Amino acid sequence: MTGKLGLDPALVARARELARRAGQPVVDLARSHTTVSVERAVLRLAGVTGADPDGIPWVNRLVDAVVADVGLGHGVAAPVFDALAREGIADVTLLAQKAAAGSVRFAQPSGKAATAARRASRKAVAAGIRSIDRRRAERDRLVKRFGDPARRPWIYLIVATGDIYEDIPQAQAAARAGADVIAVIRSTGQSLLDYVPEGATREGFAGTYATQENFRLMRAALDETSKELGRYVRLTNYASGLCMPEMATLAGLERLDMMLNDSMYGILFRDINPIRTFVDQRFSRQVHARAGIIINTGEDNYLTTADAVDEAHTVTVSQLLNEFFAHEAGLADWQLGLGHAFEINPDVPESFRLELAHALLARELFPDAPLKWMPPTKHMTGDVFRGNLLDGFFNLVGTMTGQGILLVGMMTEAVVTPWLSDRDIALQNVRYVLGAAGGLHEDFVPAPGGFIQARAHRVLGELENLLERIGDQSLLTAIAEGTFGIMKRPADRGKGLDGVARHEADYYNPATEILEQPHE
Amino acid sequence: MSEKTVVRPYGDTTGDGMVQVSFTLPVPHDKRAEGAAVQLANKMGMDPAMLVHAKPIGDGFTFFVVYGRVNHLVDLAKVQVVERDYPLLSAKEVNAVVKRRLRRKLSVVGACIGTDAHTVGIDAILNVKGIAGEKGLEYYRELKVTNLGAQVSVPELVEAARRERADAVLVSQVVTQRDAHLHNTREMSAAFREAMPAGRRPLLIVGGPRFDETMTGELGVDRIFGRGTTPGEVASYLVHALITSREANVA
Repeated sequence: MTGKLGLDPALVARARELARRAGQPVVDLARSHTTVSVERAVLRLAGVTGADPDGIPWVNRLVDAVVADVGLGHGVAAPVFDALAREGIADVTLLAQKAAAGSVRFAQPSGKAATAARRASRKAVAAGIRSIDRRRAERDRLVKRFGDPARRPWIYLIVATGDIYEDIPQAQAAARAGADVIAVIRSTGQSLLDYVPEGATREGFAGTYATQENFRLMRAALDETSKELGRYVRLTNYASGLCMPEMATLAGLERLDMMLNDSMYGILFRDINPIRTFVDQRFSRQVHARAGIIINTGEDNYLTTADAVDEAHTVTVSQLLNEFFAHEAGLADWQLGLGHAFEINPDVPESFRLELAHALLARELFPDAPLKWMPPTKHMTGDVFRGNLLDGFFNLVGTMTGQGILLVGMMTEAVVTPWLSDRDIALQNVRYVLGAAGGLHEDFVPAPGGFIQARAHRVLGELENLLERIGDQSLLTAIAEGTFGIMKRPADRGKGLDGVARHEADYYNPATEILEQPHE
Repeated sequence: MSEKTVVRPYGDTTGDGMVQVSFTLPVPHDKRAEGAAVQLANKMGMDPAMLVHAKPIGDGFTFFVVYGRVNHLVDLAKVQVVERDYPLLSAKEVNAVVKRRLRRKLSVVGACIGTDAHTVGIDAILNVKGIAGEKGLEYYRELKVTNLGAQVSVPELVEAARRERADAVLVSQVVTQRDAHLHNTREMSAAFREAMPAGRRPLLIVGGPRFDETMTGELGVDRIFGRGTTPGEVASYLVHALITSREANVA
């Protein structure tokens, strides 16, 4: 369904080229730096598991010990596997325990010792990546066996009780009620934890901690439900915050299917250091590419702080940047759940037509990406009746513009975390709209030169101006000056900066090496 | 007396007492479930109660919509709320008062404290963008606004208040699980009491959709703003509390 807006292909190509020009310096930056979380992800792939009695993961203890002795800039793989050989231990987790007790010293190996350490680390990490490959093959098998949802968009529902054992029956009930994708919202504040909690958890704030064990429990439960329903139910979590690379790795190891993974969200909304974010993001996207995970980007969030009409073009700019970064990291178009949202003030005249124009613009700029369509939140006032109507119009735009993933809006947005009945009413709303107008996109062709086409062209023009400005002054400066979502985030500030290091000449990361090789 | 002080809900006729409620019971949908819904409505004071909609949802749950007449009366004379006890000023008036009487910029520090990452409230009040067409405090020329954003620790907030010589500290709390908003607010006010002597302490203000505006004493803050508060109300209150009412006391 292309060509409804009459977009000039030359202009679209130019927008992509401008996004590439703005994004390339950030890629260069990401390729020449590492972070503590990237290195911890490497150790997780190499088989380090578990946590100390205080709940601090052994990967954190091991990275901290290596950093204390040799710094971060060489990468931890060589010093760790060099120490493993010197100590005569086979188990990396045991080495982490000894390192935490202070009984192991680390050095950056050279010569033959360096070659041996690199080879050994590569072997260990390759085994971890092979498990991710096996989980991907397993997903392909299960999708084949149980089947995909019969129609698009996929219906995406959230659970968030804080207790994984409460989440499981809720997620299963949501799947039975029609959800194709279940997202387990993380506990508030997890994005700023510089470690991944361990084990099954029963206490969280407005969400449930993302842990490897929680991932495993939920995926196993949804496999049961998928079998029961004859439809593969997908599971989503968050590769965001300070532990983005580790989250991606754990998601790959536990066969999660989608991950929230935005290029700028952490910078803008969590005040995480921009360089930390871009380095972590590149690694996490390389893992997602390998694991066959669909990423969901977070452009909807810009519109919750900025005006959805005035700032519509910043969403498209971010989508183009997310696309560039994603392709660079090896993700295919089918893995790009680029985000956008129904957030125009309903009191604005013609707000529905504006929403249609924006949603169709995203559809036509990214014809092969699934696109994640996010419901209204900013103008949900607590008037649940009006909210239900808005959600209906949101669903209508979703189906008229062929969105791939539809996050189900709740009329009680901004009131309570969704009740059982709220979810039921919301799904009824979706079913009604998709049932009544599911094929409307076939008939819906905006009038040439009419309001919707003109609006889309105008947004495209504005985004080109903005991309040109960004290209002239660099993306990091644009972020520092508050171009996206109003927040100003300078590159030398923000959380997690102390966990970033520039690569030394002998930096080695076996995971990146494997992930950047041609595969399949 | 001209104004009625005792009222009942209004459906379509004065005094009909009609209300609607919806709720879910953890029972499968059958005759007994519908009877149970009516029984609950009766106990809520609805009599007669008309069950207009019943629908099974999930496994073993039923959702109900009930209309009916409540027998409760509301006495307006006994309603307790915090009424606005200061004049509402325009941005221009706020700037003029600050400039003329304070003779320096009024410093405001804002943050979401604890693990709360929802900056929507503090941003609505502080960001130039504001809310509902009303500009935020950053827009006021005579206010110096420092927005620390989300997940700020209490010590960080105290330190920032000291550094910025804050006249007022604004804290937004949206997450209310396990009363986090109340715990965080008490922790914040206690920290300021400990860190600064009474006369030097900034005005402490919290806001959020789930606060009870009458709890200022219990939470140790000067003012609580509930849902629907606008930047103009906050700015007017700041001028009132920090400038005009203090002058009045001196005079």
